[in-house]
Amino acid sequence: MKKNIWIPCLVFLLVFIILLSLTLGKYEITLGEIFEYLAAASGASSMDEGKYALLSNILLDIRLPRIIAAALIGSALSVSGAAFQAMFINPLVSPGLLGVLAGASFGAALGMIVSNSWFAVQSGAFICGFLAVLIAVGIARIYHGDRLLMLILGGIISGALFTSLLSIVKYVADPYNQLPAIVYWLMGGLSLADGKTVLYVSFPICAGILCLLLFSRFLNILSMGDDEAKSLGINVTRIRMALIFFATLISALTVVIGGLISWVGLIIPHVARMLVGPDNRILMPVAALIGAVYLIAVDDLARLLFTVEIPLGIVTSLMGIPFFILVLKNARKGWA
Amino acid sequence: MLLVAENISFGFPEKPVLRDVSLSVRRGEIISLLGPNGSGKTTLLKTLLGLYRLDKGQVLFEGRAISSLHRMALARSIAYVPQIHRASFAYSVIDVVLMGRIPHKTFFSRFSPRDMEIAEAALDKLSILHLRDRPYTRISGGERQLTLIARAMTQGAHTFIMDEPANGLDYGNQIKLLEGLIDLCDEGYTFIKSTHFPDHALWVADRVIMLKEGRIIADGPPDDVITSENLFELYGREVDIHSLRESFKVCIPRKIGKCRCLHTH
Repeated sequence: MKKNIWIPCLVFLLVFIILLSLTLGKYEITLGEIFEYLAAASGASSMDEGKYALLSNILLDIRLPRIIAAALIGSALSVSGAAFQAMFINPLVSPGLLGVLAGASFGAALGMIVSNSWFAVQSGAFICGFLAVLIAVGIARIYHGDRLLMLILGGIISGALFTSLLSIVKYVADPYNQLPAIVYWLMGGLSLADGKTVLYVSFPICAGILCLLLFSRFLNILSMGDDEAKSLGINVTRIRMALIFFATLISALTVVIGGLISWVGLIIPHVARMLVGPDNRILMPVAALIGAVYLIAVDDLARLLFTVEIPLGIVTSLMGIPFFILVLKNARKGWA
Repeated sequence: MLLVAENISFGFPEKPVLRDVSLSVRRGEIISLLGPNGSGKTTLLKTLLGLYRLDKGQVLFEGRAISSLHRMALARSIAYVPQIHRASFAYSVIDVVLMGRIPHKTFFSRFSPRDMEIAEAALDKLSILHLRDRPYTRISGGERQLTLIARAMTQGAHTFIMDEPANGLDYGNQIKLLEGLIDLCDEGYTFIKSTHFPDHALWVADRVIMLKEGRIIADGPPDDVITSENLFELYGREVDIHSLRESFKVCIPRKIGKCRCLHTH
């Protein structure tokens, strides 16, 4: 029961970091001004019209979409990472295991060279992310033997395929305009996150996260191995495919909003496991909340640390490595 | 008949694991499955659980094909106690036992205080309630085996399929386990277990089935089946069966038995 205290604590922390992040930026806004703005927006008090428009623009059009995008991406990657770790009975796997991130990267890059439209890039990322996982699952089905091992091998093959395809796209891309755009995209970042995309994408991401959370009890059982899970009455194949579907959906969508953001899906589940233990019923929601808080905080660093913004994916990688070394030291207790 | 296997065959074409195996299990029996390493014991147990699609033959549970039964319903009747394994994640003992309540739940329902009571009662019955909140990865092999048995009881199942339950247990825990089986058998539980110890089969089994290279070579009461000839055929070692009392037998390997006699004289 004590463990349940983490959820309200983390919700509080999330609200706090969202408010804090709204105040941070080139144009300084205080917390008081945010509350004044909220009061004015709800009609409870009045505010100078020019200032109201300015705050509206900065808060609603620039900062809020970005913060929400960071929260969604952090949650989605953490939850799908935790789900994959339980499902594949391996604490070292991450959401990209079945090739979704490699596929989505290729799709985005392809979208950039065949068309100028942002929509082509986003739909390319989404479609190819799914395609990569479909190929991984298809390859796994060809062979008999341990299902999990075959899926992992399928993922490696599919990932390698799309990484090669991405290289081809980079090779044929125009080196002055397209290639830098592709490289920059692959570094991951939220500077291009616009309100409309974030709004549209937030529905399927939230739905996907919720569905994965609903499955968390079954994750415990899947992590005991296929035969045991079946003998406990679980339809292993169907539940695993559902989990892979939702994890792929939300992982592909994170690439649609923010490009390639690595390490979050590997580390955050470990941090959550250190706090509340391995029981996925509590681990999954805690990982979702920590992931959101973490990525908002890291994005704040990425945009404020230097005068020029650093791509988010680089910061998560740089922070991820020492973090992971620290976490591993403690985490081994949990699963060794 | 509770559980019947009719002419089942399973495996790869070039390497069959089970060949034309037939057996039947009555309610309340303890059946010991003996066989050398690689003889197909684990595979046979898993086919009896309905985990595999068979090449030939079928398994019937209470007269109905096991493949046609709903997994959830089946899980409320038959439980699987696998060989001791190392779990990857340190779930607490009570969480592992609570997994046994899953077949009684719908997709959206959560565990109730009643489920918790049932799980705790199972732990209490096996006298391991004190392990309730310990991580499953940090208890001994014997305690893990008992935890898995508690989970099987929590499932509400009355037929247990156990894969080498005594394996890896110390001497005391082996005896405790066998005593536990006898107690549960008196309450109407049915056990089908594989073992590497013919003595265990002599001690607690109502029936012994011998499996060699995927075929059943003997099936009957322990006294009839556990003979020097059969043990030689199974393991390739000469073993004498001695009667201690009217109805109690032990196995003594011939060569070791002789050496010991020489040493003591």
